[in-house]
Amino acid sequence: MKREYEVIIIGGGIIGCATAFELAKRGITDILLIEKRYLTSGATGRCGAGIRQQWGSELNARLALESTHIFEHLEEYTGYGHSCGLHQGGYLLVAYTQKEWDQFQENLKVQHRLGIDSRALTPQEAKQIVPYLNTDGVYGATFCQKDGHADPFHCTQAYAQGAARMGVEFLTYTEVTGLQIQNGQIAGVETTKGPFSARIVLNCANVHAPELARMAGEEIPVTSERHQALVTEPVAPLIDCMVMAFSRSFYVQQTPHGSFVMGIGPREEPSFSFRSTWQFLEQNCAVMCEALPVLRKLNVVRQWAGQYDLSPDRNPIIDEAKQARGFYSICGFSGHGFMVGPRIAILMANHLAGKDDTMDIRMFSKKRYETGKLLLEPAVV
Amino acid sequence: MENRTDDKNTILCRCEDLTREAILDCIRAGFCTIDEIKRVTRAGMGPCQGRTCRLLIAQELSSYYHIPMEEVLMPTFRPPTRPVSMGVLADAWKEGQSGAAENGGKGGTA
Repeated sequence: MKREYEVIIIGGGIIGCATAFELAKRGITDILLIEKRYLTSGATGRCGAGIRQQWGSELNARLALESTHIFEHLEEYTGYGHSCGLHQGGYLLVAYTQKEWDQFQENLKVQHRLGIDSRALTPQEAKQIVPYLNTDGVYGATFCQKDGHADPFHCTQAYAQGAARMGVEFLTYTEVTGLQIQNGQIAGVETTKGPFSARIVLNCANVHAPELARMAGEEIPVTSERHQALVTEPVAPLIDCMVMAFSRSFYVQQTPHGSFVMGIGPREEPSFSFRSTWQFLEQNCAVMCEALPVLRKLNVVRQWAGQYDLSPDRNPIIDEAKQARGFYSICGFSGHGFMVGPRIAILMANHLAGKDDTMDIRMFSKKRYETGKLLLEPAVV
Repeated sequence: MENRTDDKNTILCRCEDLTREAILDCIRAGFCTIDEIKRVTRAGMGPCQGRTCRLLIAQELSSYYHIPMEEVLMPTFRPPTRPVSMGVLADAWKEGQSGAAENGGKGGTA
């Protein structure tokens, strides 16, 4: 078994796999990706799968916009033989308070500056897009047709298989148990299948990124928060777009397969729990049936749980360990890692390959929590 | 006697219309657990949540990898045990909330 690589990536989710692919595309193919279980077994495979450009900060809107351009032809981009399931039915963001409605006007300005085709709608216009929407208490909504959702499993597989064809190796069911550091430089990792050496190690382990970073002497301010979701049986097409509301903290979409995927996002104490709760099942249905009464007839077939890797300003952290140069933590996506993954991977790969990028990677450093240059985002669930 | 398991059209996951051959293709491509197969094929994601296909896929993995059935990793079992309508669940939440209010906030969702 080969023991030396140029780059080791820890974590087989969208961030790890997309970064492996982008590095390989730039000629860095001597890569080993190590995953504790199997690809998409963590947050990526448990996420709500939404892709939206209707953000309130220019940074997120841009990351999502540029990622969407890749999602739009990901199969071709990676040479994948299966559909990645992108459906651009749009996102309808519903405002239930005046404050939220005012914020939406600000968000639209940010989006329009970037050329994102979003628009404000009256409750009646929103109802034309989603006839089943209960407009009681609705102040207005915004809509962007290019928003939508994709299949996280196939998107990740597309990147992984594309990377593998260029020579990237994958080691699943293998856990990283330690880091090798020599003279302030990362030298490799210890795993349950023995040691592997590399001068660059990328920590893409989502909620487990802080414990890996701690082995490199870095404290990453990311905590793990459980979020739950559920899926219904498939039915004929009812709603083409994602319906989402921040103040009522819900999202719901019908997948191309016909099932509805939805979730609500109450804040919880940090935990690594993957357990389902009965309370979520009932409360989620109550919130959703209020907004979209047509859903009452649908049967729930499964609920599950996943984790947000929450950072203090709910935006990504990309940080190189001071005591282990070459060890980068890429985490803190706070629930929107899937939709910005393609662009983050390009940014990371450009940085490591010494190529120019129109984004400055330094703004994602955790130094911002000391300097106060936070990456604030007003539009999150 | 005809060996029925060799029939390429044998349906293995009834909810998602997947043949045994489709599952075998997936195993041959390197997907080595029920959960991995589920994520790329939807096997076990239908209304029965794998009640029929879970053990059939486990058998295929067991024979392909020459491992005992009990060593095939099982996916997580999740609620609800059988499909329940969202309306029933929504009403249960509201009843629980009003019950809790009547009990001075101490009641459960019984």
